[in-house]
Amino acid sequence: MNAAKMEADRLSLWYGAAPGLKEISVKVPENSITAIIGPSGCGKSSFLRTLNRMNDHVPGARIEGSVLLDGEDIYARGRDPVSLRRRVGMVFQRPNPFPMTIYQNVAYGPRIHGQRNERRLREVVEESLRAAALWDEVRDKLQKSAFELSGGQQQRLCIARALAVEPEVLLMDEPASALDPVATAKIEELAVTLKERYTLIVVTHNMQQAGRISDYTAFFLSGQLVEFGPTKEIFTRPQDQRTEDYITGRFG
Amino acid sequence: MRSTFHQELEELQQDVLRMGTLVEERIGQAVRSLAAGDMQVAKEIIDGDDHVDAMQIDIETRCLQIIALQQPIASDLRIVGTAIKIVGDLERIGDHAVDIAKVTLRIAGEPLMKPLIDVPRMAELAQRMTRDALRSYVRRDPDAAHELLRTDDQVDHLYSQVLRELLVYMMEDPRTIHQATHLLFVAQHLERVADHATNLGEAVIYMVSGERKDLNH
Repeated sequence: MNAAKMEADRLSLWYGAAPGLKEISVKVPENSITAIIGPSGCGKSSFLRTLNRMNDHVPGARIEGSVLLDGEDIYARGRDPVSLRRRVGMVFQRPNPFPMTIYQNVAYGPRIHGQRNERRLREVVEESLRAAALWDEVRDKLQKSAFELSGGQQQRLCIARALAVEPEVLLMDEPASALDPVATAKIEELAVTLKERYTLIVVTHNMQQAGRISDYTAFFLSGQLVEFGPTKEIFTRPQDQRTEDYITGRFG
Repeated sequence: MRSTFHQELEELQQDVLRMGTLVEERIGQAVRSLAAGDMQVAKEIIDGDDHVDAMQIDIETRCLQIIALQQPIASDLRIVGTAIKIVGDLERIGDHAVDIAKVTLRIAGEPLMKPLIDVPRMAELAQRMTRDALRSYVRRDPDAAHELLRTDDQVDHLYSQVLRELLVYMMEDPRTIHQATHLLFVAQHLERVADHATNLGEAVIYMVSGERKDLNH
């Protein structure tokens, strides 16, 4: 197992009085894909959002315990959530390109982080689109509106946009659930190539997808982490009966 | 698309081929150890069987993981299912090599009652069938798999010949019974190796075409 890139240590989360996560402890290995699976309401998306402090904006949300990025607590006093989110990027369920050109979508992040050199920006845009396996499809229409792209292309554009600020971790929340099977396969294949440079954490309802792309799987149930391990092991001989029941479709 | 998965299938088939090549060679070595009375080689074959078994377990485990993680369908699914079946036959071929090597040890020191002629020929044919089956596997060539049937008939014919000949020896001189019985076992092991090779051929035909053929009547 690679070194831990991110680590939750007895992490609990409440929304007001309602518990969302209960004492989650897990180490996410670097340069790998970790899938988070579990039935609706199990806390998997809540957990993902704690990893780049997206829950900061949820009224009444409160956490205990810690989340470490390269061994440092991201919730420590004085930590800046904006610079954290540059290092820990996120891709959402529905493609959400900005209402601007393809080029501007990708250049947006580097610009707000201070990159003013247009030549360098062009390089970053091309590198990011290449990394997101979209360059060949859009190289001739960078000045077109992002909304002219298909849903699958828009999602890869959102991945390119996330990559443009050179993150270290990429969080993906159901990145393919709004896409058709061909676009889904492209996103999956892309995810596998991205792990060479990034650490990916993917929430998915689609168990088969977790099997196809992930190196590690975490199974969440009722706000608790039931089991974490290599996907090969979880999918062929899970240690916990609840994991077995869920992945074999016996409950949920 | 799904290039990682297809790469995995490719590596799986390479490893099946590697295991097949290994057990095919071990049959040849076992029969040569018998002809030459070479106990050292025979012991090496017996010791080496753990490695063959480990290859089978490794390939089976990977097949199950592929089924669990990648959900193969259609020809991909047949590749995985066939691999599981093929390594079972290959493992049995490996066991026959061990059985033959054990005969070498059992009759060690005794001069052979007669120079071995038909047994090495059976071995040569059984090895060729295994090689041909593996080639048809790699090339996805069902025609080559069908050819195995003809060679198998030759092996069966040689087996009857060996059986008759050894029976005559035993009737003429009961002191040969010990050795003749063991040589008869060897011939039977080789006949079984050839049968496993026809199983490989049937598996290849199924993998390529999805059709079931009985190559071993």
